[in-house]
Amino acid sequence: MESLSNKKKVLEVKPLNFMERAYLPAIVSGLATTMKHFFKKPVTISYPEEKREFSENFRGMHSLKRDENGKERCTACGLCALSCPAEAITMTAAERQPGEENLYREEKYAAVYEINMLRCIFCGLCEEACPKEAIYLDGDIVPADYLRKDFIYGKDKLVEAPLNQ
Amino acid sequence: MSTFYFIAFLSIFFSILVITAKNPVHSILYLILTFFTFTVHYILLNAQFLAVVNFIVYMGAILVLFLYTLMLINLNKESEPVKPFMVKIAGVFGGGILAVALASSLKLVATSNPVILKNPDLGLVKNLGKVLFNEFLLPFEVSSILLLSAMVGAVLLATKDPKTAS
Amino acid sequence: MGSTADILIKIGLILIIFVISLVMAMYSTYAERKVAAFFQDRIGPNRAGPWGLLQPLADGGKLFLKEEIIPTNATPFLFIVGPSLAILTACIGSAVIPWGQKMTIGSHVVDLQVTDINVGVLYIFGVVSLGVYGVMIGGWASNNKYSLLGAIRAASQNISYEISMGLSIIALLMLTGTLSLREIAEQQHSWHWNIIRQPLGFILFIVCAFAETNRTPFDLPECETELVGGYHTEYSSMKMGFYLFAEYINMFISSAVMATLYWGSYNYPGMDWMNNLLGPTWGPLFGFAVLFFKILVFIFFFMWVRWTIPRFRYDQLMDLGWKILIPLAIANIVLTGIGSTLLTHFGY
Repeated sequence: MESLSNKKKVLEVKPLNFMERAYLPAIVSGLATTMKHFFKKPVTISYPEEKREFSENFRGMHSLKRDENGKERCTACGLCALSCPAEAITMTAAERQPGEENLYREEKYAAVYEINMLRCIFCGLCEEACPKEAIYLDGDIVPADYLRKDFIYGKDKLVEAPLNQ
Repeated sequence: MSTFYFIAFLSIFFSILVITAKNPVHSILYLILTFFTFTVHYILLNAQFLAVVNFIVYMGAILVLFLYTLMLINLNKESEPVKPFMVKIAGVFGGGILAVALASSLKLVATSNPVILKNPDLGLVKNLGKVLFNEFLLPFEVSSILLLSAMVGAVLLATKDPKTAS
Repeated sequence: MGSTADILIKIGLILIIFVISLVMAMYSTYAERKVAAFFQDRIGPNRAGPWGLLQPLADGGKLFLKEEIIPTNATPFLFIVGPSLAILTACIGSAVIPWGQKMTIGSHVVDLQVTDINVGVLYIFGVVSLGVYGVMIGGWASNNKYSLLGAIRAASQNISYEISMGLSIIALLMLTGTLSLREIAEQQHSWHWNIIRQPLGFILFIVCAFAETNRTPFDLPECETELVGGYHTEYSSMKMGFYLFAEYINMFISSAVMATLYWGSYNYPGMDWMNNLLGPTWGPLFGFAVLFFKILVFIFFFMWVRWTIPRFRYDQLMDLGWKILIPLAIANIVLTGIGSTLLTHFGY
């Protein structure tokens, strides 16, 4: 068929000349190539000891934020759970009791907040959905574990450390 | 001497196993053992070169090829051809003739000298080479022609006839 | 010969060589992985011990503790005989290799060679040709089509390359005039290495050595892409380990043979001066170190080639063996004959 674009190249398969058929020169040049790599610096990053820097928009483990006074921002509105395409988030809301004002910012707070890290796809939609800027995926890679139940992270692992500690 | 009797017993034992083994591959493996005992016999006779050649050529090459062919053919019990009665008769007849020939040839042999070599180092490579290339030069070269003709014959058998191929 | 001390020394030597072969095999697995890693710009095993040096022990422990599986349809006896034969034939090859000059310890003269039989080269050759039985028997006894195909490939490959290997050795023997490895080693005193007189023979020999040890580019018997695992598909646990060990010991022995036959064994330029300096005990030991260094270089070369050249196709393998190597080997014999006759004629 005629080429319309004129970009068609006809490749010729030439018979090998003697040097190519002798095979040994090709082997020697191949050996030279591998030897060059032998002295190159390895590109490996030995992971747990050395860590590669994350990019700025990397999304890792979730953290539940506190405000400038160290109170939990989350009001258990459930928008994150609603927006989650993987159904990974669940929570139970509770009313703030008198005397707990220094712990929770609003009158309602999440008594239980769980994320199933095996379901989570780290899309960041919860981050976007949150009206209180309470959840961010700014953590590290979620570590490996042996049991499925250990991948359901509760508030103990998710909430940021208090300010004064 | 007792070593000789032990090894000789082993050779006969394994060669009986070769013909009685049901599985052809087992039979070949026994044949390998038989040849190994032959190698030991050669060493006992101080024929190191023959021993090693027997080791390389028979054990290392020919029997590998035997095993190779046997592994390629599917030797199930079902596919084993039933031999006609006449073939069995012919087999028995042939074997009988061989036995008679062997017996008569044994009768001709007078009590030979006990195996004492005149030159115990005859089996070493150097002496063997000298004997082969001086006294027995002609038979040695003739046998090489024999091998060559066998090779040519094998190549002829392997190549297809151009008339039938086309 | 005959005194108790001599016998004890001999037994000790055998044990030392045996242990060295096994340790070499163990650390070859480690070296293989490290070398592969370096060639691919990686680091390689580095978790077990410093720089991963305990990795072979960990691997060995793992192999020992794995479950032994003998397939239901396998022939149990032959299934066990296969790997045992493989490692046996791999180990007995080291018996005739001269590891060094005669060494004097106190009043004893120690011969650093287990036995000097006058057909040493042929013995090595015989042991190598016997090595294929381990693979064949194991592959057949597994009762698995992949194992069987691997075994068949191993057999035909070994037989094909044995011929050119033998022919290349014949050219060398025409020059040395002896089959004893000790004498061949002694002839290469100082810098008179056989590689100078037999360069083509050496290339042929090393190609055949690759094929005989089933190393890449000739590792078709265990070709993963086509045959799952080749002849050891059905093997597990230490029986599998034996096959792997046998491969590495074979590599070690064939490196030793190459160093002995072509690269001057324990000889090195300036060895007389060095022997005078070090005395009759440490001089030969230094020679042994030199031989060992050569062996290590060859093992490294085996690995270097493995991580450079891809596997041959089977018909290419056969073409190379029968149509290229054998004619070349015969030409080498003829050339060697003409060359040595001319040299003798003109009085060299």
